[in-house]
Amino acid sequence: MSNPVEKVLMKGNEAFAEAAIRGGANFYFGYPITPQSEIPEFMSRELPKRGGVFLQAESELGAINMAYGAGAAGGAVFISSSSPGIALMQEGMSFLCSAEVPLVALNVSRGGPGIGGIQPGQADYFQATRGGGNGDYRIPVFAPASIQEAVDMLYEAVDLAKTWQNPVMVFADGIMGQMMEPVALPQQRPFTDSKDIRAEKPWAVTGYGNDDANKNVVKSLRMQPDDLERHVEYLFEKYRRAEKELCRAETHDVEEADLVLVAFGTVARITREAVEILAWRGIKAGLIRPISLWPFPHGAFDKIGARTRVVISAELSMGQMIEDVRLAVGKRIPVELIHRTGGMIPTSLEIADRAEKIYGEVK
Amino acid sequence: MSAAKLFFAGSGGQGIILMGQMVTYAAMFEGKNTTYYPSYGPEMRGGTANCTVIVSDREVASPIIYETDCLIAMNLPSLLKFESMVKPGGVLLVNTSIIDAKPARTDIRVLEVPTTELSRELGNPRGANMIMLGAAIRATGVVNQAAIERVMREKAFTGKKAETIPANIKCFEYFKV
Amino acid sequence: MRTPVFEYTKGMCRVDTSYCPGCTHGIAHRLITETLFEMELIGETIGVAPIGCSVQAHKFMNIDMCESAHGRAPAVASGIRRVHPDKVVFTYQGDGDLASIGTAEIVHAAARGEKFTTFFINNCIYGMTGGQMAPTTLLGQRSTTSQDGRRREQAGAPIRVSELISTLDGAVYVERVALDTPAHIRKAKQAVKKAIEYQRAGLGFTFVEFLSTCPTNWGVTPSNAMKWLADNMITYYPLGVLRTPEVAK
Repeated sequence: MSNPVEKVLMKGNEAFAEAAIRGGANFYFGYPITPQSEIPEFMSRELPKRGGVFLQAESELGAINMAYGAGAAGGAVFISSSSPGIALMQEGMSFLCSAEVPLVALNVSRGGPGIGGIQPGQADYFQATRGGGNGDYRIPVFAPASIQEAVDMLYEAVDLAKTWQNPVMVFADGIMGQMMEPVALPQQRPFTDSKDIRAEKPWAVTGYGNDDANKNVVKSLRMQPDDLERHVEYLFEKYRRAEKELCRAETHDVEEADLVLVAFGTVARITREAVEILAWRGIKAGLIRPISLWPFPHGAFDKIGARTRVVISAELSMGQMIEDVRLAVGKRIPVELIHRTGGMIPTSLEIADRAEKIYGEVK
Repeated sequence: MSAAKLFFAGSGGQGIILMGQMVTYAAMFEGKNTTYYPSYGPEMRGGTANCTVIVSDREVASPIIYETDCLIAMNLPSLLKFESMVKPGGVLLVNTSIIDAKPARTDIRVLEVPTTELSRELGNPRGANMIMLGAAIRATGVVNQAAIERVMREKAFTGKKAETIPANIKCFEYFKV
Repeated sequence: MRTPVFEYTKGMCRVDTSYCPGCTHGIAHRLITETLFEMELIGETIGVAPIGCSVQAHKFMNIDMCESAHGRAPAVASGIRRVHPDKVVFTYQGDGDLASIGTAEIVHAAARGEKFTTFFINNCIYGMTGGQMAPTTLLGQRSTTSQDGRRREQAGAPIRVSELISTLDGAVYVERVALDTPAHIRKAKQAVKKAIEYQRAGLGFTFVEFLSTCPTNWGVTPSNAMKWLADNMITYYPLGVLRTPEVAK
């Protein structure tokens, strides 16, 4: 097998940061929070060396608003935080969506509610996919299951955010932030010089130069209800397009499965091992791994065959994605939940045992 | 070998993270699939530290393990807490320099490694973890020695630490056939 | 040929503002945009509007601008400044926005010595939301949330923001001006100019506080508002330069 790109062993958090830089994001604003503090540390070390900008904000509120300002001014911006910090950033997320400002945001999520704990969690699924901020808006959310996938995703997200003029979120968890895996890093995309921003992003506020006919305003306030309604309808035309174009999922053997497991992120990897354990026990389990959490890959569920007795959502929460799974499956197959929460992580054996028990009850 | 799962456990400062990362690097150098997952949080500071290393010919599925092919227990709490995780027929390496309890399991291979005494004997009192790493690699064959030596040169002991490599190799090689 | 003695500045857009009669937002807008125009910087400037009556300042100022969430303008401007280090950047903020919900952002922007200018409109009241008590509302002053007048025991004393900012090393120029008389307005314009010059020189954070009026929410006529400002505000919020680059060194 040829090996064109040499792999390097990287800790998740540092690989995420490196990927965003290589994707062309040369502005980072952050605030320390476990389990992602290696990201601001890495950025403070690396970005200035490479011609980018690192700024430690006074809070996550400060960070998201710096990100908004830099994005409105045409900069390619990356931010990261973990669950409670992402919660503080929701005001900005809503604002950026309305103002159509690109941003790549990463949640290295942990257990909640409240300050919760620092161990891995997926209980920010609602926050990420339903929008924790006010108003009608959507954010494409992608959940990687390996460091390599996260790297490729963040690299691509810089482009997606620009194309869709919207924040794009990568939803990782504390396991991915802390673990190390070999990765092939993509090529460095060139940073955009501030002088070239106006040509690349004609909507950005850069100072219009000599001709005030080119004056730009980036805003979210619309005092007239008919104006605001038009704007939201316009945003949702974009989101409907995103629903068609950005759905992603990985499916394994769902056509002939006795039961189908659904899991995202690290849990999907643990579940993949559970599928093997179930196979030894004579149970054919399929697996759906949603890669895009919004838009949710409903289409992947259409492939589930007539033989399947139950669909099981495995999550590090009290059951959040399961609502999307139920919407996708409809009434044709029962949907059940396997979960751990608070930072506890199920083993593949635990998932297999519980899946077998559930299957025994519905068979 | 399909997938080997190693679990290193001990207290902060015993080189748990270093041993785990060295195996992971070595596996990568050998072109294998590998995942390293450490415990993290307040326990990193002085308390217990542990990490999981998986080396596999296939893509690594779960980074979280419920059983291990090889437990490296560097202190007593680690032995007591994780002994049950060793697969039947698996290996348990006990750092007998500071663990005076005997493992309860009889269905596994137990190797007693007096790391401190051996490293002193070899004139490298700081090399206790390299003694243990050598024992673990010897017992599992998860990676080869050349890869570990490359890790020492390129990753683990670079710059000023490079001068410790011969002494560390000596410790690492102690359990060589 | 007739020579015009007074013109609409090209720094402003040719639209009617949404401000009430007797409100001094219009004067402050004019001073800022006229100065930038005269300095030939108007096309090289990026402004940040706050939440409050001046949320739509971008409709009136002929400048590339963006809105910001309540109080966050200094963080937004910090981001903009990083992308465009050669441009002029300013925030325009009222007292509710800056001195209440946005205290963290303004304090840290000043502490970092951010190279932008904040124009702070202090009229001792929340305007847009309907006359509630601001952090700058004077003791005894009535508002819709201090209907018998602000009491120290209940709400504390008003914050003197310029004094607060001038304690921070990153702030190189802090001046408080008033918009009640032609003489004060001329002085205010000089302050705007100095702030922009110091920003251009890359010296650090610059801050100009404008004592302003709100006849609607104060419940007084436009002309009495000017008098109220002079009689009540200037005594508590003294005018003058609180910090200069020389002191900041």
